[in-house]
Amino acid sequence: MNALLALPVVVPLLAAALTVIAVRLPMVQRLLTFVGVATALGASIAILVQVDRDGPQATQVGGWPVPIGITLVADLFSALMLVIGLATVLAVLAFAIGQRGDEHESAFHPVYLVMTAGVALSFLTGDLFNLFVAFEITLTASYVLITLGGTREQVRAGMTYVVINLLASFLFVAAIAFVYASTGTMNFADMADKLATLSPALQTSLSLLLLVVFGIKAAIFPLYFWLPDSYPTARTSVTAVFAGLLTKVGVYSIIRTQTLLFPDNRQTTLLLVIAGFTMVVGVLGAIAQDDMKRILSFHIVSQIGYMILGVGLFTVSGLAGAVFFVLHQIPVKASLFLVGGLVEHDAGSTKLSHVGGLVRRIPLAATLFLIAALSLAGIPPLSGFVGKLALVSAGLDAQEYAIIAVSLLVSIGTLFSMVKIWNGVFWGTPEEPTPAILAGEAVHTPALMKLATVALVGLTVAIALAAGPIYSLCERAATDLLDPTAYVTAVQG
Amino acid sequence: MTIIPALTVAVLFATGTYLILQRTLTRIILGVGLIGNGANLLLLVSAGPAGRTPLIGSGDPAGFTDPLPQALALTAIVITFGLSAFLLALAYRSWQVTHDDEVEDDIEDRRIARLRGELDPDLDALTQELEELEDVAAEPPHHTPNTGRGEP
Repeated sequence: MNALLALPVVVPLLAAALTVIAVRLPMVQRLLTFVGVATALGASIAILVQVDRDGPQATQVGGWPVPIGITLVADLFSALMLVIGLATVLAVLAFAIGQRGDEHESAFHPVYLVMTAGVALSFLTGDLFNLFVAFEITLTASYVLITLGGTREQVRAGMTYVVINLLASFLFVAAIAFVYASTGTMNFADMADKLATLSPALQTSLSLLLLVVFGIKAAIFPLYFWLPDSYPTARTSVTAVFAGLLTKVGVYSIIRTQTLLFPDNRQTTLLLVIAGFTMVVGVLGAIAQDDMKRILSFHIVSQIGYMILGVGLFTVSGLAGAVFFVLHQIPVKASLFLVGGLVEHDAGSTKLSHVGGLVRRIPLAATLFLIAALSLAGIPPLSGFVGKLALVSAGLDAQEYAIIAVSLLVSIGTLFSMVKIWNGVFWGTPEEPTPAILAGEAVHTPALMKLATVALVGLTVAIALAAGPIYSLCERAATDLLDPTAYVTAVQG
Repeated sequence: MTIIPALTVAVLFATGTYLILQRTLTRIILGVGLIGNGANLLLLVSAGPAGRTPLIGSGDPAGFTDPLPQALALTAIVITFGLSAFLLALAYRSWQVTHDDEVEDDIEDRRIARLRGELDPDLDALTQELEELEDVAAEPPHHTPNTGRGEP
């Protein structure tokens, strides 16, 4: 019994309940949300330390024996995801609190906390049905967050988002039914043994069905269409946390199920082809756009391709690269959207034709953008370079030259569209300037918004500085993923 | 026999998929409901053939039905119910702001499409219509009926 594992889930849920009670006290709500997320982050750091020292940890909720009860498990991969994920959630929360004058703030806090709990549960659960429940908790909260303003544009985009995700959830229920019918268990560790005895054809069908389900959530090719359409319409803080975390929960689930459940049935070629198309289509979509938030949204898709590339190799170095890449993407992506928020706050728009020359008005935002954008494009010595280097060298070891060539070309495309944002937003003169730009004076930006963005960019720089130790952690995580004996032993006691 | 539940699941999924592919929101919501029911029924079927006794009292374990899928289905039904309610509220909000039951095109997509086919007058006209609609929506609340989007 290890109660620590439940804290990242239980504390935000409890705080969410309290923020509903304190609905008329904005300061109390802010404090509760901040303390809730910070406590969850503290607990996940403690989990990481423990897992690093003693190996995978497991706890049975309610004390029911395996495989009857619900299991919470933390191995190195999930602990790393938890720490980086919750740190990003905390920084984005600070940004949202700093962005004053929001009439929906009293609804934002409880929903944001519920979403945090859902994300934490998806990383910690060791049970397929519980993973479905965790997804639903996260998604239901995200449905509310994405449509919180209730404007025409948000309702339109939110509708697409909700329907697509509901469909994915129903496919998930169907997949759960098939898995249960063929194995009679919902526990990952127990399921891994039982799936191995099934016929290869059945294994492949189940594996592909789960890949489709998580592929929709992770926005891989050809299931990504909903993402660039719906993300940019939400408010900045919401888009930032969605961009940083929600698709990565899908990637996490792909990595977890493909390595743990189907070790003898690897979809190497399929995953590599998907990875290639995801990268290329995402970056081409980004180049075509004329709005900072939309360019960045297409890049979410493009970067998912790199993670799938690492998974598709099914080698220790490939998976280590993928894990590192996910960890680096979460803060980088979120911080780019936060910079987008700073731009929007100052200039009133993120359309490249409406803004320009902002480097004089908001030099801090320009600097932060430059660091995060170069990291995204993979320029040394930033964290994106380390991640891409790891993936490329893993690809060369596995002799998958074609996909490596594609990934390098896509990097150039990424750099191109980042330069496009830089030229459009921070340099030059706008074609149709917004009223704020015509007024000349820079708009006052609350210090907390700036501080949150600085902290998140600081986290990406820290990942680059500590790349050596973090990468060796990722390597150990990847070794555990490919040889889940320790995971299974921890669960089954 | 599980053939009848299996067929029911297939029909629910097929009709639901058809309805989700329509452009009117009410049909999409009905489609989501049908697929949701199909998925939940599939969970129940995964317990094995119907007609066994529930898990009460003592007896031969093989004679009892498996209670877990029923518990899972119950959870899934509750989730489906909650989300259907949310979807209905969202559709109502959509009707409030657009006075139309149809899902609109994304205006940025339209603009990108126009870049590609600058000589296509039909596409141009549609985009302009949408841009005008966007301007109308930006104005303060009003009670204009259908804003001339053509036949509903």
